[in-house]
Amino acid sequence: MSDVLLPSAELAYSAPDAAGFYGPYGGTFVPETVVPALAELAAAYEQALADPAFTEEFAYLLRDYVGRPSPLYRADRLAEAVGLGAVYLKREDLNHTGAHKVNNTIGQCLLARRMGKKRVIAETGAGQHGVATATIAALMGMECAIFMGTEDIRRQALNVYKMRLLGAEVIPVADGTGTLADAVTAALRHWVERVEDTFYVIGSALGPHPYPRMVRDFQSVIGTEALAQLEEKGVGHLDAVIACIGGGSNAIGTFYPFLSALPADQRPLLVGAEAAGLGLESGRHGAALTKGSPGVLHGFYSYLLQDDAGNPLEAYSISAGLDYPGVGPEHSYLKDEGLVRYEGVTDAEALAAFALLTRTEGIIPAIESSHALALLPRLAAELGSEAVVMVTVSGRGDKDMDIVREAGLGG
Amino acid sequence: MGDTPSRLADAFPADRAALITYLMAGYPDRATSLASLRAAAGAGADVIELGVPYGDPLADGPVIAEAAKVAREQSGGFGLAESIALAAEFIGPDEAGAMPPVVLMTYLNPMMRFGLPGAADEMRRAGVAGVIVPDMPPEAARAWLTVSSGIDTVFLAAPTSTDERLAVVAGASGGFVYCVSSTGVTGERAEIASGLGELVGRIRAHTALPVAVGFGVSTPEQAAEVARIADGVIVGSAIVKRQRDAAAVAELVGELRSAVGGGEA
Ligand SMILES: Cc1ncc(COP(=O)(O)O)c(C=O)c1O
Repeated sequence: MSDVLLPSAELAYSAPDAAGFYGPYGGTFVPETVVPALAELAAAYEQALADPAFTEEFAYLLRDYVGRPSPLYRADRLAEAVGLGAVYLKREDLNHTGAHKVNNTIGQCLLARRMGKKRVIAETGAGQHGVATATIAALMGMECAIFMGTEDIRRQALNVYKMRLLGAEVIPVADGTGTLADAVTAALRHWVERVEDTFYVIGSALGPHPYPRMVRDFQSVIGTEALAQLEEKGVGHLDAVIACIGGGSNAIGTFYPFLSALPADQRPLLVGAEAAGLGLESGRHGAALTKGSPGVLHGFYSYLLQDDAGNPLEAYSISAGLDYPGVGPEHSYLKDEGLVRYEGVTDAEALAAFALLTRTEGIIPAIESSHALALLPRLAAELGSEAVVMVTVSGRGDKDMDIVREAGLGG
Repeated sequence: MGDTPSRLADAFPADRAALITYLMAGYPDRATSLASLRAAAGAGADVIELGVPYGDPLADGPVIAEAAKVAREQSGGFGLAESIALAAEFIGPDEAGAMPPVVLMTYLNPMMRFGLPGAADEMRRAGVAGVIVPDMPPEAARAWLTVSSGIDTVFLAAPTSTDERLAVVAGASGGFVYCVSSTGVTGERAEIASGLGELVGRIRAHTALPVAVGFGVSTPEQAAEVARIADGVIVGSAIVKRQRDAAAVAELVGELRSAVGGGEA
């Protein structure tokens, strides 16, 4: 485990720097009240990484509680349907709680416990991170409060109920559009007030330093396992790896081990799928990397959907988990460096991919993950019918039944 | 930074605490906010803190956040450029003139979007004396500080700041040091935090600049209490609440001014 978490010295890819910058992106742009807490967190995290008791407990919970490693499944009927040589699905949907989010939540709650905090808070969009945090809080006997936008509470009623069952308080956020960005702001405000006794478990690879790096490290188990599983299966050549991008945690957890373990000329094409909502030209989307410009929001500098006066714009996506006007800073850096390609996927394309995986493989993916799956036909057209592609299926679709039914799938 | 002349530092009277009044630019509309600014100045504010409407006011409570929203949503919008222009009109052509100095309270992204050098130029042209940027701690301010000569940058110290950080904050500040009275966002509080005197003392150990206290000071009684501890008292939400009515602003500012003057005048 520590091999994964500790970047080795000879890596070509070494972001972030000590202050949490990925090129110009990232950093710490927050009120002074929480600056000392962030410094303390960064120090505690470094100590934890160097402590086998921490890394071993993390590995243990991932194995025996989450059920890792998650399978790498060769989806032949899907590959045939999209016209690719082979498609491998990294099955984060099979994790306990139904998504990749729990990998990070375990890491951060272990850290919270180590730091003596007995109360955790989190923001949530789709509710997956909220459920994962409420779950681990129950496991560790911690008090838990989840901030969730009122629109998302409507869209993801099942997850709201789960969080309450697990003993968490769900705090509705009616500000703005009542979606993920508003929930992050509310959680940050609350943290500024309760910083002395509360640990903020951020759900994606974003926020002020050290969160983006910490979340990336905890999620890197996805890519690290995949590399080993590809080797085990004798997959000598991989053309492309795809993941969806909300804040960017399942994607960076998938990509980072490829970036750090493989020299540039041996890396597959890495592709991130952003929410294009009703279309990239519609003004109704969540494609910060494709359509945004650099700015500061929620404590870090990164690509951002913003107006001429620097106000964040409303994002939109059918998927609550991708409905965010910003993106984790490392993705901004990877975009500028040309190390990862980012493409927009519309609501309609995601729904079609959702239906396709369900019907060809009997796997019902999260609507977020469906954005990644929607890139398969495009990559088939680009890379040819022999190409081998891996997709991270970040979560399962149980939570999305109402949404796909409203959209008219399944009759 | 103590050697350069500072209009902000000079606005702190020697014999009593300064009264710093926060108003939201463009709220509820441009003309009314200008009238309220003039009312606050006329009723004895020593420094005007002018809030720039922004869409994600992370450090602000409900009153100021709502005012920002109303200001931004008026036709044509209201942001940093409009706020600087409003400040220019309020200050008038003679910046050493009758009006109290203006310190802009803006989040960082509007300045970045404007362009930091351009934002500094516009502020200087308008006669703005300083800025307070709540999401720009000193470590994040390097780019701004290289272009902002002539404009004081007021940094914030918090109850959670270690002595080490207080040294950084106080060392980087110009004009005055903004002491955040308690953890949390702006807005009215029932009581002044108990550790405030000690915190102000810890800040003073690191600087000769005046120390002003804000966040949660709303009534004349609270202002009087803070005035006994600190060099300046910052009142925001309580004034913004009355900002639709310049006469109500003048009345409250007058009471606050009497309160900080104490019986010593
Ligand atoms: C299943 C699933 N996938 C993806 C995401 C997007 O987040 P991230 O980009 O951080 O992986 C979410 C967020 O809620 C999610 O629930």
